This record gives sequence, structure tokens and C-alpha cells, in this order.
Amino acid sequence: MSIQELGTEQEVAVEMITCVIDGFEITVPKGTLVIRAAEKLGIQIPRFCDHPLLEPAGACRQCLVDIEINGRAFPKPQASCTIPVEKGMIVKTQLTSPVADKAQKGIMELLLINHPLDCPVCDKGGECPLQNQAMSAGHSESRFEGVKRTFEKPIAISSQVLLDRERCVLCARCTRFSEQIAGDPFITLNERGALQQVGIYEDEPFDSYYSGNTVQICPVGALTGTSYRFRARPFDLVSTNSACEHCASGCSMRTDVRRGKTLRRLAGDDADVNEEWNCDKGRWAFKYEVAKNRITVPMIRDAAGQLQEASWPEALAAAATGLKNTSAGVLVGGRVTVEDAYGYSKFARVALGTNNIDFRARRHSGEELDFFAAAALTATYKDIDKADQVVLINFEPEDESPIIFLRIYKQVYKRAIKVISIAPYASRGSEKLKAKLIKSAAGNEIAAISSLSGLSSKSVVLVGERLVETEGGLSAVAKLVEQSGAKLGWVPRRAGECGAIAAGATPNLLPGNRLVTDAPARVDIATAWGTPSLPTEVGMSTDEMINSDLQALLIGGIDPMDIAPDAKIKLAKKFVVSLEIRQSDITDIAAVVLPVAAVVEKSGSFIDWQGNTRSFESAVSQSLNRSDVRILSMLADEIGRSIKLTTVKAARAEFDSIGNWDGPKIAMKSSPAKAVNAVADGEGILSSWRNLLDKGSLQDGEDNLAGTARKSVVVISGSRANKLGVKESDLVRVSNNYGAITLPCVIADIEDSSIWLPRNSLSSQLIRNLGVVSNSVVKVAKA
Amino acid sequence: MSKLTPVLSANWDEADSFTIAGYKRNGGYTALTKALAMAPDEVIQLVKDSGLRGRGGAGFPTGSKWGFIPQGDNKEHYFVVNADESEPGTCKDTPMMMANPHVLIEGVIIGSYAIRANYAFIYIRGEVTHVVRRVQQAIEDAYAAGLLGKNILGKGFDLELVLHVGAGAYICGEETALLDSLEGFRGQPRLRPPFPAIAGLYAKPTVVNNVESVASVPAIVNKGVAWFTAMGTEKSKGFTLYSLSGHVNNPGQFEAPLGITLRELLEISGGVRSGHKLKFWTPGGSSTPIFTDEHLDVPLDYESVAAAGSMLGTKALQIFDETTCVVRAVLRWTEFYKHESCGKCTPCREGTWWLVQVLKDLEAGRGSEADLDKLLDLCDNIMGRSFCALADGAASPIISSLKYFRQEYLDHLTAGECPFDPMAATLFSSAGVK
Amino acid sequence: MAFTSEQIKVMDSIITRYPRKRSAIMPLLHYVQSIDGYVTNEGIELIGKKLELATAEVTAVSTFYTQYKSKPVGQYHVGICTNTLCAVMGGDMIFDAVKEHLGIENDGVTNDGKVSVEHIECNAACDYAPVVMVNWEFYDNQTVQSVKDLVDGARNGNPPAPTRGPKTLRSWKENSAVLAGISDGLANEGVQAGEPTLLGLKKAKGGA
Ligand SMILES: Cc1cc2nc3c(=O)[nH]c(=O)nc-3n(C[C@H](O)[C@H](O)[C@H](O)COP(=O)(O)O)c2cc1C
Ligand code: SF4
Ligand code: FES
Repeated sequence: MSIQELGTEQEVAVEMITCVIDGFEITVPKGTLVIRAAEKLGIQIPRFCDHPLLEPAGACRQCLVDIEINGRAFPKPQASCTIPVEKGMIVKTQLTSPVADKAQKGIMELLLINHPLDCPVCDKGGECPLQNQAMSAGHSESRFEGVKRTFEKPIAISSQVLLDRERCVLCARCTRFSEQIAGDPFITLNERGALQQVGIYEDEPFDSYYSGNTVQICPVGALTGTSYRFRARPFDLVSTNSACEHCASGCSMRTDVRRGKTLRRLAGDDADVNEEWNCDKGRWAFKYEVAKNRITVPMIRDAAGQLQEASWPEALAAAATGLKNTSAGVLVGGRVTVEDAYGYSKFARVALGTNNIDFRARRHSGEELDFFAAAALTATYKDIDKADQVVLINFEPEDESPIIFLRIYKQVYKRAIKVISIAPYASRGSEKLKAKLIKSAAGNEIAAISSLSGLSSKSVVLVGERLVETEGGLSAVAKLVEQSGAKLGWVPRRAGECGAIAAGATPNLLPGNRLVTDAPARVDIATAWGTPSLPTEVGMSTDEMINSDLQALLIGGIDPMDIAPDAKIKLAKKFVVSLEIRQSDITDIAAVVLPVAAVVEKSGSFIDWQGNTRSFESAVSQSLNRSDVRILSMLADEIGRSIKLTTVKAARAEFDSIGNWDGPKIAMKSSPAKAVNAVADGEGILSSWRNLLDKGSLQDGEDNLAGTARKSVVVISGSRANKLGVKESDLVRVSNNYGAITLPCVIADIEDSSIWLPRNSLSSQLIRNLGVVSNSVVKVAKA
Repeated sequence: MSKLTPVLSANWDEADSFTIAGYKRNGGYTALTKALAMAPDEVIQLVKDSGLRGRGGAGFPTGSKWGFIPQGDNKEHYFVVNADESEPGTCKDTPMMMANPHVLIEGVIIGSYAIRANYAFIYIRGEVTHVVRRVQQAIEDAYAAGLLGKNILGKGFDLELVLHVGAGAYICGEETALLDSLEGFRGQPRLRPPFPAIAGLYAKPTVVNNVESVASVPAIVNKGVAWFTAMGTEKSKGFTLYSLSGHVNNPGQFEAPLGITLRELLEISGGVRSGHKLKFWTPGGSSTPIFTDEHLDVPLDYESVAAAGSMLGTKALQIFDETTCVVRAVLRWTEFYKHESCGKCTPCREGTWWLVQVLKDLEAGRGSEADLDKLLDLCDNIMGRSFCALADGAASPIISSLKYFRQEYLDHLTAGECPFDPMAATLFSSAGVK
Repeated sequence: MAFTSEQIKVMDSIITRYPRKRSAIMPLLHYVQSIDGYVTNEGIELIGKKLELATAEVTAVSTFYTQYKSKPVGQYHVGICTNTLCAVMGGDMIFDAVKEHLGIENDGVTNDGKVSVEHIECNAACDYAPVVMVNWEFYDNQTVQSVKDLVDGARNGNPPAPTRGPKTLRSWKENSAVLAGISDGLANEGVQAGEPTLLGLKKAKGGA
């Protein structure tokens, strides 16, 4: 299909079609399948292979109905999941056609002859489409007296997914999902006839970032999650709609809890965001909430340097004393909810009287602050759906925002849209997107950005947070977007970052994108907050605060190893108040530790990369832990400068009432590009990103999940391999003055001066091991 | 005297009939010259006018099929020959390709020219090595003679022809499964619509035709519509290959006008195995409901066979005499369908699994009369409920055998075993087994 | 077994036959069998790489078709038709007798690796029933004795020639190459047709 064909701007008015189902007239858009038109009337036709987001298969034959069109009847019942409605169509389902009813009962009987009927021990029991539909649409007795098909059970098709083949009804939902939605055809239907079975290639497990979705859409208990298997019955679980805290994709989720403990999480249903999917990290990484090192009571460091449990009044008093009347700042981190970020933002300005607040617990720059203030971030998932092309700049959606990946992949699969990626080499995600790679070394992206042409208002440019690592990069993007009219999306990795910007948890912005340096903007906020004045100077950034002589810092959930190797040492010299859920490098050095609630234990919201609010309620009602904002409010009271945000609800209401700044945005200052690193023989320019599954702290304790992570490797070019005299898989040592990492190498078509390592994976933790993450010259040698 | 009309088989008795020289000596490739001088649409019209119907089993008019290919759509078109021949009893395309592959190639070139295809495939089953050799050699020789490749016979028409060898899957004879297989997937049938004429191979307009259908075209081009339509019946025009096998004195291939009867063919060939009498037979392979001696005079054309309750299918006349146990025969066919079910849809995959178990019991004399009704009800739940026609084929022998031989099933139950001596049915029954 | 660069070149040429490379998967699998005798993991992995397919996708295809073997077969792979017509006319007895004669089961291979046996479905030669295929060459009108002789000959290295096929029986691997579309130059050997094929023509010409 040519790009021109895709480019038609207007959405054509959808033609509507009227037909009759079981005597009821219904009008639906052209192309609607009979099975879904029937749903609209409340008529449930039984089905297994049908899934609204997968291409029709017509394989299970459970959904047979009688159809006639303009008086001409089909000679035999038709699969309603494969036939679009037509004018003059008269459909008779099992409710009105004895033929359809018998056909369906016949299929159900056939589906059950080889099914083990082990419902009492099956995870799916109680929420199983086969069980339910067998009850509603099947015979009560089977006439089958023969021998059932059996298989060895279960087999592990990855460390996190198990397969019981005898339960499988061969609907091919899982295999179609893997191919059509995830682009990971690692599970397939093998063999044929009655021996047909789902399987993997023996040496290549189902290590897809999206494998959990197959467990969710399997209409029987054939695919189960290793971690959940045999752990619960659906009727013991209390379900709450939730939002995923792992990244900025914004997935809607469902959290299932039994007696205060999360037992599983499922992808929620949101057509505008994650459709019905999520990634395996979102689904299977939640044990951190119940980790052994969870903090539940406040603590104060005693004279001997030991943390001692304390009462809340004691701890709040101690914290207030250390923060009061001194130079102070706030480090928020990128994982807080909007309400909490708003609490931190207001706390810094009102309780501490400073703009020293920053959420960026990662590489950052002043140029980036400018970008936050100036850039119009307008791109959405819907824009991707309609895009003529998508440009990825220092952004690996499969690893860094997996639902964006699925959305782009969908268009690549359906319409073969063009994807361009600026990166040192083509990641697996890029390969699946058939992306045109503009190979660039870290630090040299500006040349690549300036080389882009042919973008239009239908194009979507997605920039990763890592572009900040190249000075001038964000300015170049701002210019590109301004000149081409393309839609721009900035995609941070963490779920809280977009919300933190909106809440003003940055040194240059107040809530609602108001510049701290802009007097009318300040007046807005001061009025809302009922304070006489607000600090007028741009505050310090995360780096600046760590390196400054500020006496005190309030820190909400950051890991200093995300910033710099020496951050912990420097922070140790200050009076640190830590709001945390678990013991960490920060609680190690904090003077006062205040426990806060994990995401499941509180309500709140995140803002996804599109700017949409993703709210959630507390899934664990019994929790005594409180959201950060509530504690900040108490602490502000103790300091004597109240922020009056006693509940999440109050914070939400106040934040909503402030709204966005409607004055003009400032223009993006153009930051100059820095000269590109030069490398000598035996050196390389370091580049990296975080794999989706890695050593991230929210994945702690999830061994089954970790088993599907990509192996840590160093990626080098063929010519470098020749020079080093190494073959694929040989060990290569990457080092600098700070330290070294030795890993097996993968030889790929990578920009020749570059070498790539995972940023934070097992045996490759760049800050810890090398002190740098990218855009830096390192030595490369055969190990 | 004889009603036989050898056309395709006319030169098979020449030792070099499969070579390009042998073919040309008998007028081979002259139809191609004629066709290339016509406009493509004229060729389609000619085939339409001849009334040629598909010989792969369904009898769909070949000219109409070609006419469905959209013209001027700026898309590649593909011409695909179905040489998968795997329907039990069917054995006409294979000997033809062994004895004269060039007539097929000539038909392919003409057909491709007519539908404006520049790429054609012959999908041949994989279990016939020597036929693969012959067709492959013929293709190479045709290229060397300028009959394939660029600018064929200097007429500006280009055609690449590739022989694609299957690997053992009856379902790949079903045209959409064939296309998936040819694209490199598992050979499972596709949803229709879209039909191959609109979105076939690589989602491009495609014609799929049986070997015999395609091979019949050169003669029609050469000898004309009137010649062709003078043979056959009103709606089943022309000649065709009837394959006679089983308990007959002389099995083999017989080219005759459509509408000839089994009685006539038996008379010509030498009759049912001496000393025995006809019990049941298939008119067109195992997927077509069986007939008995009541049907000896049914004209073997599409309409008459259908009117008598079966299908002409591939005209594979498998003859079984009174020594054959019909339950055993049906069980074995059912095992075939179970083995060949692609697995995609429930009724076929699970149904054949179940049917085999029921039939095995019945053949061994286990069960009760109620099982016969269960068997029929199962067939009702499978037939017309499946994704493709394979499962209909599986139900056909069961339903038809119960119609004509219900008592024989009951005899098994009464006896508590199969009342037949399998030895009596073998060819070497008199010779004895060493 | 690792593939030689010569063999990889052949694979590349097989791929170029097709407008889309995925179509080459079946001839490539036949080709792997012509080298390794069956579909080896090395073969699957190489095909996956060549066609840019996941190994699971190659497995999905190779396990669908019965001619692709997941373990070695004999140098002479004997397929005995036991579909209804051949079975009734003697195929069942031939099948049982040969298994007993060789001491192997269906899909089994003799210890010397020479002969394997499989019951097969209708092979489009019903007018020659009972039919036996060896390395997918036709052995027509077989009897129990003729097939015993056939497998004995095969084990001794001198199998009889196919009824309709080349003058000498080629090995499983050699014939797999033919199925991969690689010519062995033997197309002109053997008869153009057997008796039954010619019967109608003979009768039409007035023959007895
Ligand atoms: C299960 C099944 C197997 C089939 N096998 C063959 C076959 O081996 N050869 C063939 O020509 N047609 C076969 N057909 C019919 C084809 O689908 C198709 O109708 C035919 O190739 C069209 O060619 P024609 O119009 O020239 O007859 C089969 C159909 C089904 C349902
Ligand atoms: S494992 Fe589940 S989803 Fe996959 S084919 Fe079987 S029943 Fe369908
Ligand atoms: S739901 Fe329609 S065929 Fe499976």
C-alpha cells in the first residue's frame, strides 16, 4: 500500500447498515461483524476464537447462526464472527433458530470431548469462557465414551507462562496475538489435525514482553502465569480498576487483591490507550509492595547513627526541625502520583519557600527545563493510528514505553507505515517496526535530526527522555517540529514524570506550566494558595541540589544510583528527610524516614505521555500507609506553613481548580550543539538504554519475570569485532577510569564508533560500573 | 464402437510422450501460437463458450473463473495449478503429468496469458518424485525453447513458471490452503471472502485450476468450441478422464465424454473382478457419497450424479465387490480424514477423532444400534459446520454407507466381530500369501 | 551438521525462485532433508535466518507436513498405502507382513539405518493397487512377497528399480534434493506410463 493512499486527511463518514437479528432491527457501521451487532442488542452468541482486536479466524465454529440476505438463505449456518452485516440481512441466532442452536450445541460437545474437565483444579475455573458457555450453551451430558487426547502437562513455554495442552481449545488467540499484536511469533500452532497444539521452538522460549496478554485472553486454562498458578480462585479476589505505575504509556489495569495482598494484575480495557493489552512488567511486577524491606513506621537516626523507630509526632517534629530555617530543597523522583507531586511542589514553595524542586532522578539539563516550558506536546495514540510516519528519536518504545510500541506496530502491520529511528543500531523493537534507521552515535543525533525531511502535520515525532543526554538535541527537535508541523510527543520512562511537570515539581515551573519567573503566573498560584508571595528565582536542578551546599533535602523515592555514583556520598552530608516505601540508599543516609503508601494502597493518578489523567483507587483498603501528600501536609503543619492538602482528594481538587496556564508559551531557546566525541582506536562512544525488564527496583522479587529478560550483551560493529579479533558471543571488556564491564558481544550493524550496553541490567549497571550512561568515550577490548 | 475419446491421452503410448519433441511431433504448442495471436479476453471468452468445468472436483466453469480476475488493476496476477491430487481414489493428474507434462505447461501459458499473469506455479504433491522430475524437466525444456521466460515466442508476453513441491498434506488440495502453503505457511484454509480471484496468492488476484482443467485448454483452442461442446451433456460439456480402480479386471484411465455410465465403462474395460459382483463404488473419490449397483446407469456428469445423491467429484471410480466390508472401508476413509484434518476448526478436528473411535468399535462388533444414530447425528454436527469441505467429505461415506448398508453395520454388532474375511478382498487371495 | 557455503548458495538460489522469500520454506525444508536426512535444528535455525522468520514459525510449518521428518528415516523409506482401496486389495497385509519381516513398527527404522516403514495415504496410483512407495518412487501392483524382496534388496544395497521411475532407486537424501527442485537429470529414465494408464487409449484404438 502506498503512503499516498494512507494520507487521506478527512475521516470519511461511516456508512450505516440496518439488519435484523432475532427479529430486532439494529443499525451499525458498515463492516461490523454479525457477532458484535448481536452484542449491541444484548444477544450473546457463544464464541472462543473471536476477539475484537484480532483478525477473525472462524476456527472454533462456536458462533454459528443462520443468515439470509434479501430472502436468500445460506444453505448452512455461518460463523457470525467472520461475517459483516449487510443490508437486508436477517440473522437468527441460537435464540430463534433451532438449526443454529443445534449447531452450537454440537460444537460445544465436540470441544469438550477432549477437554480434561479439571475445572476444580484449573486456575480459570470460575472465570472460564469454556466453563461458562458449556453451562449456558452445552448439553448437560456428553455422549463421548472414547479415549481422550492427553499430553504431558504443563510445559513451561517461558519462565513465566505454562501451557496445559489438553485444556487448549486451539482457538489460536494466543498465536494470533503474538503475531498480529506483539510481532513476536514465538508461539505457533504446530503439528496438525487432532494433534495440533500450541508450542514453541525447543530452543527459543516465549520471551515476549507481551506474553501475559495471551494468558489473559486464553478462553480456557491452557495458558497460565507461573507466579499465579494455583494461588487463588477468582471468587476470592477483590478487583479494583487501577492505572499502571511502571511507565508513561498509561495502561488501564485491574488489580486483584486477596486479604490485603495483590495476587495478580490484568490489563484493563481502554480503547484510547492500551486497548486491552499491557506489558509483562505491568502485569507481573508487583511484589515490591510486599518486599521484606518495606518500611511501615517512621524512623529517626539517633546519635549513634542508627535509625530508630519513632512515633509520627516525633518523626514529623524531627523532620520539621531539620528543614526549617535553613537552605533546603526537594527531590521528588519520577514515580509519584500527580497529587503527590503537587504536594511536593506546593511544599517546596510554601513550606520551604524555595523553587529548589526537581523530579528528574536521571540525566537532565537546563535545556530540558526550557523544553518543558516551551514545547507543545500534542501527539496522542490516535495520531499514531493516523500517522503517515513516526519518527523515534532516542526512544525505544518496546523497551521504554511498550504500549506505544504496540500502537505503532499495529499500523506497521496493518498499513505498513514508515517508521524512522535515530539510534546507534536497530533494536529488536526497531526491527519489528521495520524502522529505517538513521545510525548515529550518542551525542551526534543533531545531525540526524536535521537530516529529516518529508514530515507533515500527519507525522508523529516521539522523543525519549534520553535526548537530554545530547546538548542541543531538544532544541533541534523543537525546531524540526515547528518547521514541519509534525505532532510531538515526549516520552519519559517513568509514570510520574509528566504529572510532575504538570504539578510544577521542577525548578522553573509552578503548577499548570506557569513560569516561576513570570509575575502574573506567580500571582495566579499565590492567590490559589493564599500565600502572600512565591519565590521568584528559578530553583536548583537535581544535580545542582546534590552538589550544592544546601543544608537539607526532602527526598521522595529516588535512587541516587539513577543519577550519579557519588550522589549518595554527597547526600549523606546533608540533613535528609526521606519519604519511602522500602529501605534504600536514601533511607541509609536519611536523618528522618517517613513511610508512605505504595501505589496499590492509595488512590491518585498519573498523567500519561499524551497528557491524559489516569486515575485509580486504592486496591488494598486495609492499608495504614498514607500517600505522600498527606504526610507532606502534616509536615508543613509542623513547620508552621500549612499546605492544607490533607487528603489525595483535596490535592486533586485544588490542582484541578488551578488549571493550565493560558498565557503564551515562551519560545524554546536554542541550545548550541556540542562537538561530537572523537574516538581513538580501541575506544568507543558509549550508548545505552534500559531494557524493559532489568534491575529496576519495582521488578525486585519477580524471578519468573526476570527469566524472560533479554540477556546482557555488548553490541559492537563488525569492523570493530575484526579489529578486536572477537566472534559473536566472545567476551568484550568495556572500561573507563571509573570501572569496567565485561559481557559477551553481539555483532550488529551499529554505528561504527559506538558500543551499546544495557543501562541497568544484571551485570551491566552503567552508573554503578562506569559512572556514565552514554555519550562518553570508553575503552573497548577483547576480554 | 467405443465411446472413448482419447485427447489428453492420445499420444501416451509413444515412449517419448513426455518430452518436448514427442509433444511437438503431435502438434504440441500450436495452440499456444494460436492463443497468443488472440486478445487475452478472446481466450477467456473461448473457454467460457466451451463450457469447460473445473476437473478438480467442484465443477466450477473455468472460463468464468478466469473472467473474475480484475483487469487493468495494476496488480500482479498469479496462475496456480492444483496438482496436489490426494483425494482417495483420484489418480488421473499424476499419470498425465508423468506421460505428458507439456500439455499442462501449454495450458498454463495460455491461461496465464488470458488472465494477464506473469508468474505461475504448479503446486504438485510431494510424494511423487518421478513426476516431479518429469514436470521440472519439461519446464526447463520449455524455457530453453523460448516457451517460458521473457517475450514468449516473440509475442511480448513474459511468464515465469515455478514447480512447487508439497510435503504431504491432503488439505493443500483445497485451493486456499494451497495458497497459504505456497506462501510458506501451514496449509490451512483461508476465510472466504475474499476469494482468490480478488485476493489470492500474496493477496493478489489469482486463478487456481486443476491440472486436468488446464490441460484441456490447448485442445479447445486448437479444435474449437464446437468440437468440444459436441461431446458431453447439456451442462457438462466435453470429455474427461475417468479413473477406474479396485475390484475390476482391468483398472486404468479412460477418456470419455461426460455422461458415460459406469456400466459402459465396465463393459469397455472388462468388468468387475471375475467371479464377483459390484457392491459399492465412489463416483468421484472418497469424499463423494458412495453408490451401489443401483447406480450403474447414472450418467457420470455433474448434474446426473448430483441428482442421484452424490457428486461427480474427480471421477475417481473406486469399485468394491461383495468381498469388501463396507464398515472397514468407511473406517479407513474416516481415519484418512482424521489424519488429514488440518486442525484449524473444531468440528473437523474433534469430530474425525470421535468418528474414528465410534467406527472402530462398530467394526469390531462393539456397541449398539443406538450408536448408528449417534454416528449420524455426529455427522450432522460436522457436515456443513466446518471451516472447509474436508469435513463434509469425511461425513459423506458414513452417511451414504448407513443409507445403503445399515444392515451390514448391524451384522457386525450381532456377530460381535467383522463378518468379512479380509483375505477374500485382496488381489492375491487366490495366489495366497507367502 | 553445519552447512557448507556451497549448500548455502543453493539455498539462496532456491529463495530467488519466488516473488516472496517466505514461499521458499518448503523447498528449503526438502533441501535440509537432502543434506541431513531429516529436519534438524540446524536446518530450522538456518531457514529462519534466511527467511527472517522466528524458529517457531519454521517449526510450525515443518511439523504440519508429514513428509518432513523430525527424526532420521532409513536410506530407503518405504511407504505402504493403507488407504481404503489399497488396504482392501492387500495393502494391510503387506504392511503387517513387512513390519514383521523387518521387526519394526510403523515409523520405525531398521537397526542398520537402511529401511524405514510408514503407512501412507492414497498416493494417486489406485489403478496400480496395492501401491508401495520407496523414497516416493512408485512400486506398483505389489504383493507381500514382492515387498519383502524389495526391502531385502534395499538392505543388501540392491533394491529393485521402481515400476515407474528411474532405472535405479535413489536414496532418501538424493530424492529429497529432487523434491527441493534440484534436477538429478533422470527425468528421461523409465516408462512414460504403465499399463493401466494406457488401457483406455488401447481400448479406444480397438485393442483387446
Ligand atoms: C479437502 C479438499 C481437497 C481438494 N483437493 C484437490 C486436489 O487435490 N486437486 C484439485 O485440483 N482440487 C482439489 N480440491 C478442489 C480445489 O479446492 C479447487 O476447487 C480446484 O482446485 C479448482 O480447480 P478447478 O476449478 O479446475 O476444478 C480440493 C478441495 C477440498 C475441499
Ligand atoms: S492456549 Fe488458549 S489461547 Fe492459545 S489456542 Fe489454546 S485455548 Fe486458544
Ligand atoms: S467465535 Fe466464531 S468461529 Fe470462533
